Amino acid sequence: MSLRCSAARSLPALGLVLLLAVLPFILPGPFYIAIAHQILIYALLALSLDILVGHGGMISLAQAAFLGVPAYVYVGLSARAGLSPLPAALSALAAGTALAGLFGVLALRARGLGFLMITLALGQVVWGLAYRWVDLTGGDNGMRLSARPRPFGLDLGRPIPFYYFVSVIFLAALFFLRRFARSAFGASLRGTRDQPRRMAMLGHHVFRIRWLAFIYSGFLGSIAGVLFALSFRFISPQTMTLQQAAEVLLMVILGGPGTLAGPLIGAVIITLVKTVVSSYVARWYTVLGLIFIGVELFLPEGLVPGFARLRRRLGAALLARRRPA
Amino acid sequence: MSAQFWLIQTLNAVAMGGLLFLLAAGFSLIFGLMRVPNLAHGGFFMLGAYLGATALDENLPFWLAALAAALGVGLLGAVLERALLRRLAGNEQGQVLATLGVAFIIADLCLMTWGGNPLSLSPPAWLMRAIAIGGFFFPAYRLAVLVLAVLLAVLLVALMEKTRLGAMIRAGVDDREMAEGVGIPVSRLFTTIFFLGAALAGLGGVIGGPILSAYPGLDTDMLPLALIVVILGGIGSIGGAFVGSMIIGFIYNFGIALFPNFAYVILFLPMIAALLIKPEGLFGRVPQ
Repeated sequence: MSLRCSAARSLPALGLVLLLAVLPFILPGPFYIAIAHQILIYALLALSLDILVGHGGMISLAQAAFLGVPAYVYVGLSARAGLSPLPAALSALAAGTALAGLFGVLALRARGLGFLMITLALGQVVWGLAYRWVDLTGGDNGMRLSARPRPFGLDLGRPIPFYYFVSVIFLAALFFLRRFARSAFGASLRGTRDQPRRMAMLGHHVFRIRWLAFIYSGFLGSIAGVLFALSFRFISPQTMTLQQAAEVLLMVILGGPGTLAGPLIGAVIITLVKTVVSSYVARWYTVLGLIFIGVELFLPEGLVPGFARLRRRLGAALLARRRPA
Repeated sequence: MSAQFWLIQTLNAVAMGGLLFLLAAGFSLIFGLMRVPNLAHGGFFMLGAYLGATALDENLPFWLAALAAALGVGLLGAVLERALLRRLAGNEQGQVLATLGVAFIIADLCLMTWGGNPLSLSPPAWLMRAIAIGGFFFPAYRLAVLVLAVLLAVLLVALMEKTRLGAMIRAGVDDREMAEGVGIPVSRLFTTIFFLGAALAGLGGVIGGPILSAYPGLDTDMLPLALIVVILGGIGSIGGAFVGSMIIGFIYNFGIALFPNFAYVILFLPMIAALLIKPEGLFGRVPQ
């Protein structure tokens, strides 16, 4: 690969880094900076789900569990057990990843819509546990985190340092996801999506590939979960409702599964629409439902692939017009 | 714990099983025929409960309120199938997510119309008493729910096994392409099945009203139960839905009575067992 070609390919990435770097200086105040870091957290969760949806062809409605469970573990260990932030965060990531391993074993016994139904049921189990097991979780009242930590003297309690903290983790995750998408493992995951029998014939262990993808997805989602706990300093069963799981899925589907930009764009749109709609009317779930139906009817492949196709078609039309001249 | 406790809990369990059957039978038929789990089914149940509450407020007799709610929800189901799911024909993933969107809209509009406070539905006056059997007292309404569920199960099985419509539905469940090939109007069956399934769910909402009441979140409480019943009982089988409903009714009721913290987890154990041992469900047919 030539130097120029590789530079051209990392141009969007460079643009994103620059945008994230200057964003706090463009935005008018801490409220907007907080929305920006929340978008990044949801985008990370959506990207983690896209490993399953886009690369694996598995539509999961359990991803909100990876936002909630690590957040519960982190807040519980910090606020109740008095653990310091780093071991609490590592335990939270381990718990979320282990949960993904368990969910994967159960849900991957089915394919397609059966998989979707089982993940919906598993997500509801976790929600039900958080809601009903009041002694452990505080039930509907949730649990509170007293303050954000101060690693290396960096005060994450202030909006701009916390925003950069989230941005750096987000960019690192994005970098690894890009490598994942181009790796042999990513290719074999897409192979199990398109040609599972052929993959099995070629000697690939289809179940294990999907299961590893589920664990990888759960691990990345758990990072979003810990950041969520730090961001809101509060966790309740609301974080793990079916609506939350559906919102994340909608971010992926709206933006375009299987692309890195898609889930990010989906997260930006859905979070902004939700923030704006919720501040005017209390009817966010009607809007969410309408977007769902609208996307399925008019934009089934998502924005990013849709626009790419539109651009190709426009380009072809322009070429066709130029040729006779 | 006394014998009275166990007997009453057992009756509560079978009454819950009866309600679950009303919910799951239609869900199972729709899934079996259209290959689509209708994620708005919990919403249909909740909407039925709310419509029933409103009808009872207008002093309609209970059976009429139940019938009206069933018809209303059934019509909504038929309209959704015609106007929305039909446009997504062949795109099963799109259909599922569209029903999920519908579920959110129903939930939100119910919240807007009926508010956030639970509404209780009172059972018909002649069932608001206890019946003494062998020295034990049983709430008459729950007995009536059980009787109704058994009656409806028998009716549905008769419909499926003895009528032409049932034969066409069974053919469609077993092999849709073949059924279309021999001239069965599968597309009209879809609308019929959606009407029937939604009406059953709406009816279940009203019948369940005196036990569960109508509240925001009833839909997402009921939907997973329908999923579990169908995973357990097998897709597209009325008998499977009945047995699965009864098993889940027992586990749900005794789980809540004995281990309130873990009721939800216990509920999913039979589903997990079914997935591990017999993935097609207890009465499921092997998919094509």
